[in-house]
Amino acid sequence: MKKFDDIVSDLAPGKFGKTGMIWIGFLVVLVILGVIAYADQVIQGQKVTNMRDYALWGIYISNFVFFVATSFVGSAAVAILRLTNNSWRTPLVRIAEIITLACIIMAGITITLDMARPDRVMYLFIHARLQSPITWDIIIIPTFIVISLLMLYFPLLPDFAILKKHFETSKPRLSRWYGRLSLKWKGSEEQKVIHAKSITVLSILFLLAGIMLQTIDAWLFSTTYRIGWDSSALAPYFISGAFVAGTGALVTVIYIVRRTRKLEEYITEYHFDKMGKLLALACIIYLYFNIIEYVVPFFTAKKGEDAHLESLLTGHYAGLFWFVTIVGLVIPVLLLFFKKGRKPFPMFFIGMVVVIGSWWKRYIIITPTLLEPFMPIQGVPESWRSYFPSAHEWIITIATLAMALLIITLLVRYLPVVPIQRTADEQEMNTEASFKKIPS
Amino acid sequence: MDENNKKTRRKFLDRGLKLGVAGVLGGIGLSKLSAKFSEEKSPTGETMELMTTDGTIVEVDTSEVMEVEHHHHYSMDYNVREGIPNRKFVMVVDLAKCKNALKCQQSCNKNHYITGENAWLKVYKMQESADTAPYWLPMMCQHCDKPACVTVCPVDATFKREDGLVLIDNERCIGCRFCMAACPYSTRVFNWGDPGQEVTLNMDMTGVEPTPEYAGRPSLKGTVDKCDFCPHMVKEGELPHCVTACPNGVFYFGDKYEDTVTNGEETLRLSKLLEDKAGYRMLEGLGTEPSVYYLPPVDRLVDFEDGLSEFKEFESVEKPTEE
Repeated sequence: MKKFDDIVSDLAPGKFGKTGMIWIGFLVVLVILGVIAYADQVIQGQKVTNMRDYALWGIYISNFVFFVATSFVGSAAVAILRLTNNSWRTPLVRIAEIITLACIIMAGITITLDMARPDRVMYLFIHARLQSPITWDIIIIPTFIVISLLMLYFPLLPDFAILKKHFETSKPRLSRWYGRLSLKWKGSEEQKVIHAKSITVLSILFLLAGIMLQTIDAWLFSTTYRIGWDSSALAPYFISGAFVAGTGALVTVIYIVRRTRKLEEYITEYHFDKMGKLLALACIIYLYFNIIEYVVPFFTAKKGEDAHLESLLTGHYAGLFWFVTIVGLVIPVLLLFFKKGRKPFPMFFIGMVVVIGSWWKRYIIITPTLLEPFMPIQGVPESWRSYFPSAHEWIITIATLAMALLIITLLVRYLPVVPIQRTADEQEMNTEASFKKIPS
Repeated sequence: MDENNKKTRRKFLDRGLKLGVAGVLGGIGLSKLSAKFSEEKSPTGETMELMTTDGTIVEVDTSEVMEVEHHHHYSMDYNVREGIPNRKFVMVVDLAKCKNALKCQQSCNKNHYITGENAWLKVYKMQESADTAPYWLPMMCQHCDKPACVTVCPVDATFKREDGLVLIDNERCIGCRFCMAACPYSTRVFNWGDPGQEVTLNMDMTGVEPTPEYAGRPSLKGTVDKCDFCPHMVKEGELPHCVTACPNGVFYFGDKYEDTVTNGEETLRLSKLLEDKAGYRMLEGLGTEPSVYYLPPVDRLVDFEDGLSEFKEFESVEKPTEE
């Protein structure tokens, strides 16, 4: 059993080392490159992308869908595990909340990168029409940002109070900030009751908003006539896919945080084992929905659908399709079945592959469908018949991913990634004494 | 600046018109008044010359001239977003006649100042199966009565008018391209870069304000364009450019309420034409209710090879020959 003060000093955020600074510098450079590329795109127009009249959406949209999907990790891991009171969640939830916040903010930014007239972004509010799925998105994304911000912030209150005290002498300025953020948390019974209640309410909201977000995201596509999108099962398909992407991202980020912050004592192999099982479950559910989407239509496919399936299974996109299915889903499940596969390092690797697979999965959902319209593609330049992102698109997309990682990194830098108060409570330590010292 | 110019000009026109009407009415009124003052409801002796409907000039007494309320010509004051009242424009495309002359496309491109490679009207080489003969299919916006594009537009940039037209307000369009994804006919095109009509076509755009009535002048970077059924021609009582340009009389344009369509040479009963020639609409099963009807490509083997020489697979817009 550790002492409370030891726990605090273990879990209190600390400065970056040299690698940390290099990492941040690297991300900042990527973001700056992206900003430059975007400025050029605004000046020249989207002709700098490789999108054209048929491939009218590209990786901006698939990247957006990826961000939205990954942001589901909060709802999936946090809300569900909180509501079911799974105790192994304790060291994981905050990182999940951080990933969610970073991803949903980036989703909001990414979708505007795809707008060819960003100067008219206000029209979305001034002239909003409720019947358009985009308007639903405009409503749910800010809502989800607010909820995920609160979901991150509320459980942090006791920790901020602890950190305020912890840094009182060593870093008075930082301490003052933590003090302000702690909203006069004293840990009184009254506060605790309100605190617990609001977190439960938030968890429910978070779960509902998360499901709505994924659903609306799927409806952006399934409300069109397009082959491959016009599916009533698209929303649950997206939700289960988001479960996979989010859990994969969680495993990967947690492994890195655990290593760099030396949290092996708090995030143990037991937690990885549990997460491994969760990830395997997610992948299996998603595989099931993949079968619904691709195997059943195989029997009744009309001509157009048939061509679409063929391009995925054996045609132009076969390589990518089987990569995301086999490497991104089937192999992870098989590896996670073994206890050795659920050890931290293999899990890190599996998580990363799952995330990469999830990213390309969105590409596979968006691009092939657009290139298989009902009418033939004729009377346009040959290059319009295919799509692969241009340099501008890659640089901007990489910048959005870098920006998400930057947000995660900065939040990890300044927030206790493992809840201090809860960890201490769970270790059944008497923290009352420590709290009494906190000046109000 | 441009806007001001336009506004003042509009105001000027408006005022001029009102003044003119007022003048005429006033004149008539005055003469009537004077007639009233002199001798009530009896010939004044003052006469005026009028032309009858068959062209003969007659002289009538001013007291017999009655004030008539003038019917406004609809092109003057109908709402651009609501459309011309009591009309429902439709098009019929006779696939049996199309030989891929592409004059429709050329005329459309020219009159809508299309500079990119995104023609609004395309002619597809169609073949249902390997065993059936190919035919040509001119494809333009279907102006659906249940337009999928309008449903998904988040800002009301594309809209459906009462007269059947689906138009785009390119001053409103935010360039999200959702409408393009939603359109099952793939007829919408996008201005990926600056259309540059001033440069390429040497156009004078001063004082030209974009209006859904005349999409294409000017086209705007980052907005969606498409076939607009030429409302600028229709409101003058003229036919769309593709209809008049076609040497084979493929396109018929008309009003569903009047049940008449014309290709410029012959005018036909729409309902009878569709019934006699088994007219159909594109992807009818989707329930989009298009305003464009197609007549089946009968006799398709006969002329297909002729049109093949015109078939340019990768070029939709004739570029100015400079290179």
